[in-house]
Amino acid sequence: MSSNHIISVLVENKSGVLAKIAGLFSRRGFNIESLAVGTTDDEKISRITLVVKAETHSIEQIVKQLHKLINVLKIQELDPSNIVERELVLIKVNSDNNTRAEILEIANIFRASIVDVAKKSLVIEITGTSRKVDGIEELLKPFGILELVRTGKIAITRGAKK
Amino acid sequence: MGKITGAQMLIKCLKEAGVEVIFGFPGGVVIPIYDALYDSDIRHILVRHEQGAAHAADGYARSTGKTGVCMATSGPGATNLITGIANAYMDSIPIVAITGQVSTHVIGTDAFQEADITGITAPITKHNYLIKDIKELPSVIKEAFYIAFTGRPGPVLIDIPVDISKGHIDENFKPEIALEGYKPTYKGNPRQIIQAVKKIQESKRPVIFAGGGVTSSGGSSVLTEFAQLSKIPVITSLTGKGTFPDTNSLCLGMAGMHGTKYANLAFTETDLIIAVGVRFDDRVTGKLSEFAKNAGVIHIDIDPAEIGKNIKVDIPIVGDAKSVLSDLKLKYEETAAKTGITDQKPWIEHVMELKKTCALKYNDTPGTLKPAYIIEKIYEITKGDAIICTEVGQHQMWTAQYYKFTKPRTLVSSGGLGTMGFGFPAAIGAKVGNPEKTVIDIAGDGSIQMNVQEFATAVANKIPVKIMVLNNGYLGMVRQWQEFFWNKRYSHTNIEGSVDFVKLVEAYGGQGFRVKEKSEVEAAIKEALAIDNLVLVDFWIDREENVYPMVPAGSAIDQMIECD
Ligand SMILES: Cc1ncc(C[n+]2csc(CCOP(=O)(O)OP(=O)(O)O)c2C)c(N)n1
Ligand SMILES: [Mg+2]
Repeated sequence: MSSNHIISVLVENKSGVLAKIAGLFSRRGFNIESLAVGTTDDEKISRITLVVKAETHSIEQIVKQLHKLINVLKIQELDPSNIVERELVLIKVNSDNNTRAEILEIANIFRASIVDVAKKSLVIEITGTSRKVDGIEELLKPFGILELVRTGKIAITRGAKK
Repeated sequence: MGKITGAQMLIKCLKEAGVEVIFGFPGGVVIPIYDALYDSDIRHILVRHEQGAAHAADGYARSTGKTGVCMATSGPGATNLITGIANAYMDSIPIVAITGQVSTHVIGTDAFQEADITGITAPITKHNYLIKDIKELPSVIKEAFYIAFTGRPGPVLIDIPVDISKGHIDENFKPEIALEGYKPTYKGNPRQIIQAVKKIQESKRPVIFAGGGVTSSGGSSVLTEFAQLSKIPVITSLTGKGTFPDTNSLCLGMAGMHGTKYANLAFTETDLIIAVGVRFDDRVTGKLSEFAKNAGVIHIDIDPAEIGKNIKVDIPIVGDAKSVLSDLKLKYEETAAKTGITDQKPWIEHVMELKKTCALKYNDTPGTLKPAYIIEKIYEITKGDAIICTEVGQHQMWTAQYYKFTKPRTLVSSGGLGTMGFGFPAAIGAKVGNPEKTVIDIAGDGSIQMNVQEFATAVANKIPVKIMVLNNGYLGMVRQWQEFFWNKRYSHTNIEGSVDFVKLVEAYGGQGFRVKEKSEVEAAIKEALAIDNLVLVDFWIDREENVYPMVPAGSAIDQMIECD
């Protein structure tokens, strides 16, 4: 059975590394559901967080293949029950005088913030788990979502362990 | 401190890496490198097509155990290397490919002869580099050779923009190598080794399955010692040929699609496979769900990604084949002395009986010239002491079946990629690396035409390689599939009368003869070996001779079509 796996990869921050990693996934027939990249506290090292849908056996194989890339320093498959995961989403939604109040109410409930207000639209910023994001998206749909941008999931393990 | 050019620094670093020879072909952006090479004592072999350079570097590496080096210009020069790099990648052969690149400030503008060669080769190299700062050059060269040669070996490509070659750097600039993310495991986990020995101790019907990884680790003699000691029969893969002597009574030869019947039956009946440096390729296993159904598996490999990739493994041991085999042997001796080993004699006797009753055979019909006969003669005459290269096709399988390989690195053959056109340039590389040895390319009439331009390289550089063409006028291996599985519809596999090979080799300055009769075979081979030049012998063999046994693709390996 295939399910989502969150893989966190520490890599040397060098040009071409991301392409090598992304290429490895597509070459072996995996679709990347989401991808987030940024430097760590050490600017020579970047962290890539990937969400991949796959069977456990195939994930083991792809993790082994990832290990073989020379610029890859560390790989962790994160256990969803022991992490804090977040995603940031910007949603541009239709709104006018009739609907604005209702949308603000929804945003409020989700602790989202309004980052742009125009005559015919609002831009809402929300961070949270994927489930929370999916929830607000569902509620805003009837108003007409004009654009939606997700950063992709990032995650960190709980507790002091690195 | 004196300054030298990037190109001079490259040559200096290659010297430091122990490079003796480069196979290459020049072009615009590598002129600075060729200029620096002009003053160097590194030998350069000018090929006639860059594919030849990559295969020659590969053949050099396979036959010597050193890292091979090839070089090409940007764009088409670099892309011409690709088949050779992919070939080395599939068989884990250490080569370093150096390509020129357009100047750093025009990269990405579709400049003349620009190709994104690091992008293109990412899936077929162990690692690659595009040098963007001259200060990186010394460390990149050092790292490249280290990566190519250590761990699971493989090709590394270095792309050098022309402004880097022309730039200047301190002569004494010291390379630093920092490979945080690369730490291959050599020593096997002792607990796993104890488990493995326990498993062997309990097994009634064990076999060893040895591949190219044993050869590349230098573990052939330890393997032989272990097999002798334990009396466990040994099956090899194609690239494992020679790592255990075919002449040893315990040797069952190659298994798989064109393996021996007894090796395939042994795999089907065994209860324990001790796999070392192999990757359970589909050409070996046949239908996976039927493969060695009753067997436990101990898998020893330096690449953890190989373990459990194709088949389920009971005891994984990550490590260098030689090191793990030595530890395994020690532990085995200890255990055998202390608690004894299950009686495996009945199995060994059974396997030896299979070896007798299911021996390879061909019908030596009078009046025909059979390829197997020619190969047997080549073996007899060379006393198994030559380096045998092959192309890809039926002739390759006949070679694997009928030549007896007794030493590691004596068969140079394209396994994983199955590259027609590999054998001859690889033979050039092998001869350059082993000038005192007889080097023979056993070729098909189709394959030899794929890199025939390298005849010029052999003659011009006085590299006296011998080519034995098993000429059937067909792309024989494909024709055989068409005969068996496609109703004998020989669509585009008849290549009869392509060219007069004798005249062709003579035109290049080599020598050639044609053999049509069995009675002429021996004398022709002897004469070819006696001539100090490129020699081609064109054997007109029985055109529709097939390779037997054959396991149809996707079938279980005990389902063989046999010679009647
Ligand atoms: C570069 C390349 N193209 C195509 C093939 C597919 N192929 C495998 S064997 C073969 C026939 C080879 O013919 P020949 O060299 O005459 O050898 P024979 O089988 O007749 O001994 C072909 C076309 C291949 N292996 N490599
Ligand atoms: Mg042929």
